Amino acid sequence: MTALTVPARPEDARLRPVPWRRMAWVTWRQHRIALAGVAALLGALAVYLWVTGLHVHHAYAAVAACHPASSNTCATLTVNFNNANGSTAELIAALLQGAPALIGAFVGAPVLARELETGTFRYAWTQGFGRWRWTLAKLVPLAIAVAAAAGAFSLLLSWYYAPFFADGNQTPLASTVFDLRGVAFAAWTLAAFAIGALAGMLIRRVVPAIAATLAATAGLGLVTGLYLREHYVTALVTSNPNVPGSTMGSNVFVSDPAWILSEQWQTKAGRPVSESALGQVLPAQLGGKGGGIPQSFEVTDYLTRHGYTLWTTYQPASRFWPFQWIEGGWLLALSVLLIAATVWLVRRRAA
Amino acid sequence: MNMNVVEASGLGKRYGRTWALRACTLAVPAGHVAALVGPNGAGKTTLLNLAVGLVTPSAGAVTVLGGRPPGSPAALDGIAFVAQDTPVYKNLSAADMLHLTLNLNRRFDRRYAETRLGELGIPLRRKAGRLSGGQQAQLALTMALARRPKLLVLDEPVAMLDPVARHDFMAIVLMAAADDGVSVLLSSHVLAELERVADYLILLSRGRVQVAGEVDDLLAGHRLLTGPAAEADRYAERPVVHLRRAAAQAHLLVRAGADDPVPPGWEAHPVGLEELALAYLREPGAAALPGPARGRALPAETGEPSEVR
Amino acid sequence: MTALTMAAIPEEDVGPRRLPWRRMGWVTWRQHRTGLAGVAVFLGALAVCLWLAGLKLHHVFAAATAACSLAGSASAVCYDLSTSIIGTNGFLSNGFMLQAVPPLIGAFVGAPVLARELETGTFRYAWTQGFGRWRWALAKLAPLAIVLAAATGALTVLLSWYYQPYFATVNQNLGLSDATPFAPGLFDLRGITFAAWTLVAFAIGSLAGMLIRRVVPAIAAALAAYAGVAFAAGAFLREHYLAPLVTSNLNVPASAWIMSQWWTKGGRFAFAGFPPDSLLNRFCPAGPAGPVGPHGKPKAEAIAGCLTPHGYTQWTSYHPASQFWPFQWIEGGWLLALSALLIAATVWLVRRRAA
Repeated sequence: MTALTVPARPEDARLRPVPWRRMAWVTWRQHRIALAGVAALLGALAVYLWVTGLHVHHAYAAVAACHPASSNTCATLTVNFNNANGSTAELIAALLQGAPALIGAFVGAPVLARELETGTFRYAWTQGFGRWRWTLAKLVPLAIAVAAAAGAFSLLLSWYYAPFFADGNQTPLASTVFDLRGVAFAAWTLAAFAIGALAGMLIRRVVPAIAATLAATAGLGLVTGLYLREHYVTALVTSNPNVPGSTMGSNVFVSDPAWILSEQWQTKAGRPVSESALGQVLPAQLGGKGGGIPQSFEVTDYLTRHGYTLWTTYQPASRFWPFQWIEGGWLLALSVLLIAATVWLVRRRAA
Repeated sequence: MNMNVVEASGLGKRYGRTWALRACTLAVPAGHVAALVGPNGAGKTTLLNLAVGLVTPSAGAVTVLGGRPPGSPAALDGIAFVAQDTPVYKNLSAADMLHLTLNLNRRFDRRYAETRLGELGIPLRRKAGRLSGGQQAQLALTMALARRPKLLVLDEPVAMLDPVARHDFMAIVLMAAADDGVSVLLSSHVLAELERVADYLILLSRGRVQVAGEVDDLLAGHRLLTGPAAEADRYAERPVVHLRRAAAQAHLLVRAGADDPVPPGWEAHPVGLEELALAYLREPGAAALPGPARGRALPAETGEPSEVR
Repeated sequence: MTALTMAAIPEEDVGPRRLPWRRMGWVTWRQHRTGLAGVAVFLGALAVCLWLAGLKLHHVFAAATAACSLAGSASAVCYDLSTSIIGTNGFLSNGFMLQAVPPLIGAFVGAPVLARELETGTFRYAWTQGFGRWRWALAKLAPLAIVLAAATGALTVLLSWYYQPYFATVNQNLGLSDATPFAPGLFDLRGITFAAWTLVAFAIGSLAGMLIRRVVPAIAAALAAYAGVAFAAGAFLREHYLAPLVTSNLNVPASAWIMSQWWTKGGRFAFAGFPPDSLLNRFCPAGPAGPVGPHGKPKAEAIAGCLTPHGYTQWTSYHPASQFWPFQWIEGGWLLALSALLIAATVWLVRRRAA
C-alpha cells in the first residue's frame, strides 16, 4: 500500500481561514447550468429585442422627423406607428414582467435547497471553509451575476421602449414598463434571488422553494405596482386640465406623459361630481366636425367654461429617476436583509 | 423445481464505450441462495439490473423464471427486487410504502409485513426518509418478501447494516428460502458472510464471469496444498489456480478432489469459500465454470475464458 | 421470527389478467398530493382575487351602462365613462398575467412525475413491481391530466364571468368597451382553451421530465417549450383557423378581429390601412384635431365620411365574434391531440427505456 506522502501538519495555534476566492470555482462549477440557462434565456430575448427594436426605431425615425408635430399628418403617422408596433411591445412587456421572478427562483432557490434535499450539505458544511462563509461566498457572487445580467438586459429594454415614451404612447412610470428599465429590473431580479435563497433555506426542498419564490415575488411585485409605487413621493395635484398625457386635456401626444393617478371633477363650490351628474349638464350633442363621438377635451373645455374644475392627481414623468432610485434602494435593502437572514439561519441551524 | 431462475447466454451490457458486463453465460438453478460476488465495478449491479428488466442487454440474452423475458408481467410478478441504497420514497411513511406495494402487485401479505416491521421496531407512521439506513433496508426487504416472490433479488442488501442486523437479515432470507422455496440471488462484496448463507456462487470480475457453480461442488473440487517453496515451480500435474509464497513455504490452490493424490512433502487442506473467491479474484485468467446447464441447453458461446476442467 | 402467513404460491401460469387500473388511483394520489394541494391553493387564491376584482368591475360597468343608456350612446358622458372604465383592474384587462397560469401549473405538476423517480432512483422500485412500468406511467399521467384540466376548466367559468362586461353587446354598443374576444391575451382564458393549454403544458412537462431526467431542468425546459408553442399559436397560427370574412360595410363591430383593411376605387386597389397624406389633405379638411381621436384611435367614421363620396370603398377582412366558438373548438382540438401525442410518447419512452 502506498504510504501517505503529505507530511503531518504541525500544530498551528491560530488557523487562518481559507481564502474567499477559493469558493469562486466551487460556485461556478456547481451553478454553471443555472447560470448558463439564464444566459441563454436573456441572450435569446436580447437577439429578438435587438432585431425587432431596429425595426421599431427605423419606423419611429419617420415619425420623429415629421414637422410640425401637432399637425394632422404627423398625428396620423404617430397613430399608425403605435398601431403597428404597440401591441408587440405590450406583449413583450407583459412577458418580461415574469423574468426577474423566474431568474431569481431558478437560480436562487436551489443554492441551499438542493444541498439540504440531497444531503450534500453534510459534505459541504464540514469542509474547512466553514458553513456560513460558504453560504455567503456562494450567494453574493451569484446575486451580483444575475443582477448584472439583468441590468445589462434592461439597457436593451430602455432602448427598445424609448420611442413609445417619446411619442406619448405611454408614461415611463406605468406599471407595465417601470420595472423593466433603469435600475428596477436588476433590483427586482436581485430581490427575487434573495427571496429564493431564503425560501430554499426554509423549505429545504427545491421544487416547493421555486414555487414559493415565484409566488412571493409575484405578490410583492403586484402590491408594489398597484399600491406602493404611487406613494414614493407625494403626488402633485393640479386644476390645470392640460397635464401632459392626460386624455382630458389637449396635450395627448406629448413626449414623456405623466402618470395620471386620478381625475376628479368638482363643482364651483368644491364638491365632487359624479360622471352621471355630469352627463346631465352636458348638452346632448357636443360633437365637433364630422359628428360622432366628441373629443374628450371638448367636454373638458365646455365644463371648465361652465364653472367646473378638473382636479388631476399625477406623478410627472420627470420623477422617473427618483422613483427608480427609491424602488431600487428598498429592493436592495430587502435583498441584503434576506441574504443576511439566510446566512444567519445557516449558521445557527441545529441539524 | 428444476427450472433455472436466471439464465444468461453471452450476455453483455455496454455503457458508451465501456463494457460493464461481457460474454456472461450463467444458469442459476432454482431453490438456491445464489451469491453474486465481485469487487466494486465488476458488473454485479449491471447483471442484476438486466435480470429484473431495468436495463436491456447490448449483446446476448437473459431469461428468468424458466425462460421468461425480464420485465414481462410474469417476470415482474414473480421477482422481487431490492436495489442498492434501497430506494424508498422518502416522503411516504412505512405504512404508505406497504400500501403502495400492495396496490402495485398481485400478491401481498400485509399481515406478515406489518408484524415483521413491528418486531423490528420500525414505526409505521414515520416517514421513510427519517428511518435509519438499516431500517430502510429492513423495510425494503420486508416489502419484497411480503410479495411472495419466486425469486428474490438483492443488490448489496447488507451494506448498511450493523453485524447483528446483518445476521438477522440473512436469517430471514434463509428462512424464506428454506420454508417457501424462494430462490435468492444476492450480491455482495463481503465474502465472510456468504459462507454461511450461499449454496451457489457466481464470481464476477471485470465484467466477466469467473466462477459459477454450486458451493459444495466448488469446495469439493479445490484443495489448498502447502509445501516447500522450492518445489512449487515443478508442480504441474493438476491445474493450479493460485500460488502464494511465504518465506519457505508455498501455498497452492489447485483444482483437485479429496481423493486425488497429494505429492510427497505436501499437505492438503480443504478450502473455505472466502479463500477460494479471493484466490480467483487475484487470478483473472483462471475460471471455474460448469458444464452444460440443467434445463435448456445453452448455445455454445465464443469461449473465453476457456473452461479448465 | 414471524413465519409467512400466506400459503406458498402454487405453480401457476400468470394468466392474461392484469392488475386493475384502479389500484394506481391511491398510488397517484399519495405520491402527488403535495403538488395537487399546491395547485388547489394557488387556484383558490386566484379565484378569490378574481371574484373580488370581478365584483368591482361588474359594479363599475353596471353604473356606466346605466348612466350611458340614459344619456344616449353618442353622448360625451359615455365617452368619459369609457375612459374611466379602462383603468379598472388594469393589470387584468389585457389578460397577459393570467396567461402564466397554465404553464406554471402544467410544468410544476407534470415534470416531476417521471423526473423525480429517475433523479432519486426510486424508479428501481416502481418499475419492478407487478403493475408493469408503462401501465404505471399511464395510470399516473392520465388522471393527473384530467384533474388539472377539470380544475382549470372550473376556473375558466370564473374567468368568463369576470370578462363578461368587456364583451357584453350592450356595453359594446354603448362604446364602453371595444374588446374583441380574439384579443391575444383574452382568447384562451375563456371557453375550453384554458383547460386545453394547461393540458398541453402538463404533457410537455411530463415528456421533458422523461427526457431530461432531472426535475428542475425539466420544469425550466417545459416552461420554455410552452412559451414557444403558445407564442407561435397566438401570433401565427390562430388567425388561419377559418377563412376571414370580407366586407365593404363600414360598420364592422368592435368585437370583430380585424385582419386587414384596404381601400379600392373603381374596383382597383388604392391603398391599405391609413390613407396617405395626399388623399387626406385633399378630401378631409383638418378639424381641430383632424380625424384622429384622443386615444390615438382614428375616427374611422370621419375618414369614411370624407372618402366615400369620392368613390372610395373600404374593404375589411375580419373574423366576426360569432366565430369565437368554432375557433375554440379548433384550438382545443389540436391542443388535445397534441397532449395525447406527447403523453403517448412519454409512455412509449418509459416502455422502451434501455438504461
